[in-house]
Amino acid sequence: MAMKVREPLISELSAPGRRGVRFPESDVPASPMPKDLLRADLPLPEVSEVDVVRHYTRLSHFNHAVDINFYPLGSCTMKYNPKINEAVSRLPGFAHLHPLQPEETAQGALRLMYELQEALQEITGFAACSLQPAAGAHGELTGVHMIWAYHQDRGDTQRNKILVPDSAHGTNPASSAMSGFWVVEIPSDERGNIDLAALKAECDDTVAGLMLTNPNTLGLFEEHLLEVIETVHAAGGLVYGDGANLNALLGIARPGELGFDVMHLNLHKTFATPHGGGGPGSGPVVCAPHLADFLPGPVVVVKEEATDDLPPLYGFRMPPKSIGRVKSFHGHFGVMVKAFAYIMMLGAGGLRQVAEDAVLNANYLRVRLQDAYHIPYNRICMHEFVAEGRWKDAPDVHALDIAKRLMDFGFHPPTNYFPLIVHEALMIEPTETESKETLDAFAEAMLQIAGEAHTNPEVLHSAPHATPFGRVDEVKAAKELILTWE
Amino acid sequence: MFSPLTQADRKAMLEAIGVARVSDLFAAVPEAYRYPPLRLPPPLTEMEVAEELQALSEDNETARDLVSFLGAGAYNHYIPAAVDAILSRGEYYTAYTPYQPEISQGTLQALFEYQSMVCALTGMEVANASHYDGATAVAEAAIMAYHVFRGKRPKVVLSPSLHPHYRETTRTYTQGSPIVFAGDDLPPAAPPEALLDEVDDQTALVMVQYPDFFGRVYDFTALAEEVHARGALFGVAVNPLALGLLKPPGEMGADIVTGEGQPLGIPLSFGGPYVGLFATRKKYVRKMAGRLVGQTVDNRGQRAYVLTLSAREQHIRRERATSNICSNQGLMTLAVAVYLSLLGKEGLRQVAELNYQKAHYAARKLAALPGYELAFPETPFFNEFALRCPGPADEIAAHLLEHDVIPGYPLGEAYGEAFRDVLLVAVTEMNPREEIDLLAEMLGEVH
Repeated sequence: MAMKVREPLISELSAPGRRGVRFPESDVPASPMPKDLLRADLPLPEVSEVDVVRHYTRLSHFNHAVDINFYPLGSCTMKYNPKINEAVSRLPGFAHLHPLQPEETAQGALRLMYELQEALQEITGFAACSLQPAAGAHGELTGVHMIWAYHQDRGDTQRNKILVPDSAHGTNPASSAMSGFWVVEIPSDERGNIDLAALKAECDDTVAGLMLTNPNTLGLFEEHLLEVIETVHAAGGLVYGDGANLNALLGIARPGELGFDVMHLNLHKTFATPHGGGGPGSGPVVCAPHLADFLPGPVVVVKEEATDDLPPLYGFRMPPKSIGRVKSFHGHFGVMVKAFAYIMMLGAGGLRQVAEDAVLNANYLRVRLQDAYHIPYNRICMHEFVAEGRWKDAPDVHALDIAKRLMDFGFHPPTNYFPLIVHEALMIEPTETESKETLDAFAEAMLQIAGEAHTNPEVLHSAPHATPFGRVDEVKAAKELILTWE
Repeated sequence: MFSPLTQADRKAMLEAIGVARVSDLFAAVPEAYRYPPLRLPPPLTEMEVAEELQALSEDNETARDLVSFLGAGAYNHYIPAAVDAILSRGEYYTAYTPYQPEISQGTLQALFEYQSMVCALTGMEVANASHYDGATAVAEAAIMAYHVFRGKRPKVVLSPSLHPHYRETTRTYTQGSPIVFAGDDLPPAAPPEALLDEVDDQTALVMVQYPDFFGRVYDFTALAEEVHARGALFGVAVNPLALGLLKPPGEMGADIVTGEGQPLGIPLSFGGPYVGLFATRKKYVRKMAGRLVGQTVDNRGQRAYVLTLSAREQHIRRERATSNICSNQGLMTLAVAVYLSLLGKEGLRQVAELNYQKAHYAARKLAALPGYELAFPETPFFNEFALRCPGPADEIAAHLLEHDVIPGYPLGEAYGEAFRDVLLVAVTEMNPREEIDLLAEMLGEVH
């Protein structure tokens, strides 16, 4: 079959001599060029501005996005991204600020960072914060390094393993392994909680810590949370909180008060900054007092208190036992501005309303689907729940088929095949920004698909039908490995 | 505030769930900890937030309010309006990672184009879909090289003229791992060949920067050959704008090329978000971390793109993954793709030349001032150079700031006493000749 091209590559639109933008001629006397160091050719496309704009606009039409329709992607918190956040992050006074400028010329940005640190600490119940990590997994890596540094600092150097529940995000074991720890998986019990007996069996003096997602990836609040944390602490370990699911807890409970030692937050989930098609995120780390000195830095502090005439002077400081930098400069400042605006608009009451509506939406969808789909841990959930995408009497149908068929109804599929402890998992997180009408429309689509699975499974296997692209051949991509247009 | 549920909706939904009130949904939360009071400022309307953040933004004096020659890894460049017009499309910025290719071809094809252009620019064979920034890309290069040799070569040689943040980040990343570092205690003025003293049969990677942190440009061809002869990989961290003009590292024998992509259409934004470029040879593609887009077809015979080789990644391999990376810098790669498309072959060369010319004009003028000289007068440079001043550079910078001029980045903090008097001066297309002349005039009055 001849390959059809829906939209050419930008390189295929190229014609010699075309330019998309021109720059002024040099206004300084010419200097000789270093001939031996010059490149011979620069194989970039030659296109005009209208070519570029139309090309990337047409491509954009092939995307699903939160601005288009519902995105019930479990553990990803695809909530609506308020437009004001975009506008304020682009203010010239932020956009053109160089990260190495003298602190006295960046007081507005430093104050914003300081107040965001304070707000995140208040919301989560922790004592200190670093805004430097760039994403959730980056925050995890940071937190695990802090746990390592904490034990090293105390001379407690035999602690070489991190416990990770089998329901955890894949980033948890990967981050632990990058920090040089052994990863020990702890099974879940029949109610979807961490198996306490298995946990206790591993809690010896080689435990550095436990990485815990709460609510967990089944969307369930850990029923023995306080006992789990106590068990790890009693063995001398620390408890890391994966903040991916914090949306369910805003104003409901503060992880720092529940006993967690360190935690990352995903500003791009909980605090409504956009996902950008896979970043940029932002993964600040908050921690209890005994870990504050190990935070990556620099962090923002008040260097001189306010006086009657002058506002406080903000500046950077490296925590005394810092694990060091985890990236260049100070973190994703542009993302911080958006999260800060969001928190300012919501306040304490608005944040609690976020969690309540997110949990309400998830439970409503759960009960709407529970007769047609098997929900293995079917009880009151938090912000998300996990259904099985399989039926005994429709053995050919898989979660993947349901996911692809949902696209025909204009919905993004739920997260599928995760968590690994549920067969053919469909992990559904509606978030608080969806109306009852949207949830009902999604539920209707899911119910129709459950019917089709039994009466007309072929329409599922061959889905999607109504999208600009059909199922793509992943095997061919991996086999041929065409990774550039060359 | 952003929830569309009405009270009537909430009531109906609670009934459907079979609970009386919302708080019944939170019974699993230990009661003693439930509903903590949050001491946050009272909520503001959108209008008030807009006003407050406008005011806060105006408390900053930016690189464009001041006369600025600050670089050191982040640069003030012109960004064509079409870049932000595309980035502002909700279809891109409110999308998730393209795990569902049928409804993500916009993001996927743009990433494929980004990968292709990064390869074109660097002279390499494969590029991934980005790391967080220039620093974390170097850290991932060190980890990748360690894995290429299956842990048998634990040593990574870092050039002392690699950006201090890159070196520091790489050390943080590898805490607790068997990787050891060498090289960056050499005198920063040492030529690149000096690194060879550290390269032995334990060495996995030699990592240099191009142009280096001091702005210097070396042809690394001979060094790369010698590093290869000793069995190690050769890595180069680039300023990709310089590659509009200069020989790409791929032609010098680099095995890994990383880079800070900020100069290619991304605003300074007080340090981020930026984007980490990462490219390598095809034979190492399975050792490379990060996401990767490949070409394929759909079941209708249409050319299509998809995330590929994901078996390397954390969501499949968990603790055995090449890296923990999940979110990266999707939207920033789009900025780079749009920027490079708009400028194209001629435009990128023109901007690179403008940077080169203006920086060289500035260097000539400043070095001619009494008491000033170039710290490395014999070495070619691109748009940044080290200027030795007649006194402590931080004091000179503080003095010029009183006149709204940032003359550059004082090197004393990063490189100690020997560089106390040295200023790192960056000049871009955004600095008209008048600003350069003003800088010369003001520095001339300092001595």
